[in-house]
Amino acid sequence: MTAFSRREFLRVTAVAGGLLATITLPGCRTEDGAGASTLDPSLFVRINDDNSITITVAKSEMGQGVRTSLAMLVAEDLDADWSQIKVEQASYHPKYGEMGTGGSGSVRDNWKQMREAGAALRAMLVAAAAKEWEVEPAECRTENSFVIHEGKGRRAHYGSLAAKAASQPVPREVVVKPRAQWTLLGKDKVGVDVADISHGRAGYGLDVRVPGMLYASIERTRVFGGTVKSVDKAAALAVPGVKDVVEIPAVGNGVNIHAGVAVVATNTWAALQGRRALKVEWDTGRRAAESSESYRSFMAAAVEKTGEETVNKRGDPDAVLARASTVFSATFETPFLSHATMEPMNATASVVGDKVEAWSPTQFPDWGAQALAQVLKTAIENVQVHTTLMGGGFGRRINPDFTVEAALVSRQVKQPVKVVWTREDDLRHDFYRPCAMHRIDASLGSDGMPEAWRHRISTPSIDVSYGPKPKAGWGPNEADGSGNMSYRIPHRSCEYTLLDSGVPRGWWRAVSTTHGVFATESMIDELAVAAGKDPVAFRMALIDGYTLPQPPDSDRFAFDPARLKGVLEAAAAKAGWGRTLPPGHGMGVACSFDHLGYAAEVFEVSVRADRLRIHRVVCAADSGPIVNPTGARAQIEGGIIQGLSAALKERITIAGGAVTQGNFDSYSLLRINEAPTVIEAYFVETDTVPTGLGEPSVPPVAPALANAIFNATGKRLRTLPLDIKLA
Amino acid sequence: MPSPVAIRLRVNDAAWSGTIDPWTTLLELLRVELGLTGTNRGCDRGECGTCVVLVDGRPVPSCLTLALSIDGAAVTTIEGLASDESLHPVQQAFVDHDALQCGFCTPGQILAGAACIAAGRAGSDRDIREWMSGQLCRCAAYPQIVAAIRSAAKSG
Repeated sequence: MTAFSRREFLRVTAVAGGLLATITLPGCRTEDGAGASTLDPSLFVRINDDNSITITVAKSEMGQGVRTSLAMLVAEDLDADWSQIKVEQASYHPKYGEMGTGGSGSVRDNWKQMREAGAALRAMLVAAAAKEWEVEPAECRTENSFVIHEGKGRRAHYGSLAAKAASQPVPREVVVKPRAQWTLLGKDKVGVDVADISHGRAGYGLDVRVPGMLYASIERTRVFGGTVKSVDKAAALAVPGVKDVVEIPAVGNGVNIHAGVAVVATNTWAALQGRRALKVEWDTGRRAAESSESYRSFMAAAVEKTGEETVNKRGDPDAVLARASTVFSATFETPFLSHATMEPMNATASVVGDKVEAWSPTQFPDWGAQALAQVLKTAIENVQVHTTLMGGGFGRRINPDFTVEAALVSRQVKQPVKVVWTREDDLRHDFYRPCAMHRIDASLGSDGMPEAWRHRISTPSIDVSYGPKPKAGWGPNEADGSGNMSYRIPHRSCEYTLLDSGVPRGWWRAVSTTHGVFATESMIDELAVAAGKDPVAFRMALIDGYTLPQPPDSDRFAFDPARLKGVLEAAAAKAGWGRTLPPGHGMGVACSFDHLGYAAEVFEVSVRADRLRIHRVVCAADSGPIVNPTGARAQIEGGIIQGLSAALKERITIAGGAVTQGNFDSYSLLRINEAPTVIEAYFVETDTVPTGLGEPSVPPVAPALANAIFNATGKRLRTLPLDIKLA
Repeated sequence: MPSPVAIRLRVNDAAWSGTIDPWTTLLELLRVELGLTGTNRGCDRGECGTCVVLVDGRPVPSCLTLALSIDGAAVTTIEGLASDESLHPVQQAFVDHDALQCGFCTPGQILAGAACIAAGRAGSDRDIREWMSGQLCRCAAYPQIVAAIRSAAKSG
């Protein structure tokens, strides 16, 4: 059993109708001036005298199941009756510390404290029962929200003990259950919101209604960076139901709101009609000549020469390549991508004097609140942000733009306003996964293993969308999956050249590895084939600890080559790697370490008359112990299908400084009849702190698929989306 | 501007009548006039299937359907699918199979799935996938959606 040394993280008080525990989570503001720890409540667990237990979750639910998995962490060590658990959503408050939901981090960052909180509360309930029954606490056991003493035949429900437990001392040490004793963790649990959703009772951002609320639709500059030169409001104001037309100035500083004109009306229809009647003259600004073609020319030229900065370097790849008899060169290209959440962006806000209240489907209510305070020039204490359920996130709802926009409209019309984005607004004003070009030159040594690898990337930086150009050094997060590739090659470099672009960039599920891993895992496959070696065995021989500067998070969760090898071996075994395939079939493999999770995938495909069939997808993933297997499988499968959608169909193109696409007819997503029928997910559960599963299954998809197509056809596809149609 | 017109519908087995602007879509009527916010707006173009409801048992995208054009029809939304306290078999199957992630497209998925079974088109996974191909799910709960409809079709 593992004993955790306890810090002052738990405070328990009796409240009317039960017991309230407040728990401090990491990242909370617990340091006072002297550096001593002071208690600051963040997580709440309320044990109610009706036997229900309420757990407040501060992370945002976007379909990844966080409200379920975090509640499970508390319930396991509390020995709570899962059927009596209720989950409440926290509104923004600084006491919650980092509320931001992204980077596959929620379980990882809450694992220890939430389980310890459950264990501590359980001990206090036992102590209360033991005192009443005049027995030793150690003689009692707990099960399904009951404290039980077999010898005396006593049973008491937590609800009946809550008030007494609150006066028990908080234990100085708590012990969480070893894995063998888990009754909840690792068991399939249907999501806590599934019943409401299936009844149509779930409340998304679009469902928010506030008394006196108006509706707004905003005509934003189509050309990124454009501004309003003049606006003729008369025709819009003449539309019945339209109450006002107000200008929204462009906001930079990382909030990144486009200049636009908002039409405010008593209903959405009138707002849209008014918007159509607007006559806006735009100053298109300095980005109006940019296009996918101009970006492509720049990137193609950039990767032909030494990069602006060296991300990292080992040995002398330039010299080795210069004298190599054969240099293998390939260029990989990926487009801008949109998040395309099913619920378009929207938010409701009410600004009264210097007070701001917002209801928003946001992944980052804390950034939302800070941005509201910053842009509206009010103190953070005056800001409230209520997190709603959201119809998908995938990183888009990290940004505070849509929340702040609603407040900017409300402030001008002095009424609560819901800003509703159309699908076109959403696709044309996203924060896109950056386009990228990767050029890799490599050579093999006399042993047939890679000797030199020079990787040049050109892409617009995500970071530069929110702040100044990164300084030299590890610098660009854009090299994730490229510069930190986990293969041992004696002479290696990664270089980077910034593409200046007016297109806003953001964090799309798995972020930079979505293009970096496509390049590296395709190229390593090309080298294996050139060397006449088996692609799995080739990788197994090369996987090594990072020998180059590492990305941020790695100080807490160091890359473990054995775990990457573990998932690669597992996926290959489950897929029957190496077996004789039916004629016309091919198999491809790829693996990666993304957001601290390890994943390997094997695709089996066939191509007949230029039409692709995906017969089977096998994924093995290692993010440590699995909290909720049903949710974990859903994340793996969802990531694979979203990755496939991008690999086969999705592309945002730019013309005249603006997005060309507008709706799902021009930006098409993978449909149910196009998704593979066989997707198998296997978990290698290394016994450690679990990391997340929302992202790690995405990066291997495109390279594993492209490698499989090569294996079936002999043709390399190096541009995404792949130039092949589904059968 | 054309003047408001009278319309009668049966919505979830209850008579409803009112006066609406002639351009009011069924989606707008359900969400705003009737407060039935279980039906969600995804694209307003009939591309995503999120807003599908049943009109006289047939699945239609409510965003493209003028309310006036179905005067007299019976409309079933997600709120009206369950009878008393028991869930419709497709609803129950979605719960049992955890056939959703964010859930925004789910009301449309469930109603289209119910129509798929009622139309006798749930005999094979291929048929289910074909029938459901108008229903986008960005979270990609597709494997569970097929499994849920398959199991509801068998149990029904």
